[in-house]
Amino acid sequence: MRKAMVAAGTAFLVGVAGPAWACGGLIAPNGAVGLVKTATLAAYANGVEHYVTQFEFAGAEGEFGSIVPLPGVPDRVVKGGEWTLERLAIEVQPVRDLLQAESAAAAPASRGVEILEEKRIGALDITILRGGGRAVGDWAGENGFDLTPDAPEVLEFYARRSPVFMAAKFDATEAARRGLERGEGTSIHLAIPTDDPWVPLRILALGQTGDALVEADVFLLTERQPELLPGPVGSGAGWERDGLELVRDEPASPFLLTDLAGDRGMGWLPTEGMWLSYLQLSEEADELRYDLAIDASGGQPSVVDAGLLGVPRDVGTSPLWVAVAVLGGLGLVVAAAARRQARATA
Amino acid sequence: MTSGRVLGGLLAAVLVAAAGACGADRDGIRTVEIDLRYSTFTPSELTVEAGETVRFVLRNDDPIHHEFILGDAEVQRIHEVGEEPHHARPGEVSVPAGETAMTTYRFGDPGALLFGCHLPGHWSYGMRGTVRIG
Repeated sequence: MRKAMVAAGTAFLVGVAGPAWACGGLIAPNGAVGLVKTATLAAYANGVEHYVTQFEFAGAEGEFGSIVPLPGVPDRVVKGGEWTLERLAIEVQPVRDLLQAESAAAAPASRGVEILEEKRIGALDITILRGGGRAVGDWAGENGFDLTPDAPEVLEFYARRSPVFMAAKFDATEAARRGLERGEGTSIHLAIPTDDPWVPLRILALGQTGDALVEADVFLLTERQPELLPGPVGSGAGWERDGLELVRDEPASPFLLTDLAGDRGMGWLPTEGMWLSYLQLSEEADELRYDLAIDASGGQPSVVDAGLLGVPRDVGTSPLWVAVAVLGGLGLVVAAAARRQARATA
Repeated sequence: MTSGRVLGGLLAAVLVAAAGACGADRDGIRTVEIDLRYSTFTPSELTVEAGETVRFVLRNDDPIHHEFILGDAEVQRIHEVGEEPHHARPGEVSVPAGETAMTTYRFGDPGALLFGCHLPGHWSYGMRGTVRIG
């Protein structure tokens, strides 16, 4: 039975030092990447996961994009709402900051990959594809995505849980033709059937050096107070992580829910009875080897969903996992993978 | 099939695999197979005899390109800071995604050499290994 829950997660990569491509969505052919922020929203209600990913245009030329692993096959891919992510960010912004702000402001198909859907939304070419980590990597390479050395392992890490990915290629030339200004965002909304939502975090470290600090804001909206895995610092929950702080943990105000439900495509969101969780992630790249598993049904989140344990080979195609990982988009990380040192003697 | 035949078959398969992974050909050149997976060499530590000639068979299981550069620290430094479209020297070879490449190298005096991949970010990611020359 599907759990009646809504989980909304947005991830903003902030202040990551390093190459431009480490900052946001991508991986441009030629290394020129203009995405400065990739924001994502995962939501679930009545058996459908709603997922919104936002890309912010930074004025680069040419094409670039990102790859987003998904837990299942979307039955709807449309342009996302106008203010949902921003409204959530405002909701958790300290009042003091708000007052200060007010004062100051007045492709070719690859072997092994099944193309499920192709769609153009604004200046983004969206491709929903299904395949294993290796096949998706092949497809990405053939389609101009410049994968960093940790990408093969990370792709497989996610593909074991869900072989469905969304590739988003940003055509900056088309963006310029459309008059898209630097800093403007384009959001994508996917509706995905699933049972157990989880928010991909490890992917945020993709392409980063080992000690690079990965920071993100994660918002959750559930029908009851959720259990989280790994546990935020000080929570006493299992697999507690110092780099994961639960900043807000409270009933969502009807005012917030009404605002969100009024955005385009957000009418499915209940306007009362929801729980708001706001987490801040601040973790070194080589320590970020987990995702955030959520259970708002009264049970315990899965260690597999959290990426803390391996996935049995035969569950790779199961729709039970809601995985959304922004590959390349949020920076290719050097995940300090455990190196297997084998010896060969003469 | 009897259990003895099964065991015998398994033993033969293991021996064949072992010979393929590290064995001497009729020409006296030893073949060493190295897997390139998750941007890591396996094995990453080897031992050879001084004066020995080794044929390296490099199997790239990753969906991204790699290379195999064998040499001393100075060779590695040059490749790390420079760019070469292809490798024409013994002990240096490009290994495209999903493909297998070979290179043969004759080791000299006792000591140690390094091998690694110098595509952007790969060396610093840890894609390297050591050959001890006994």
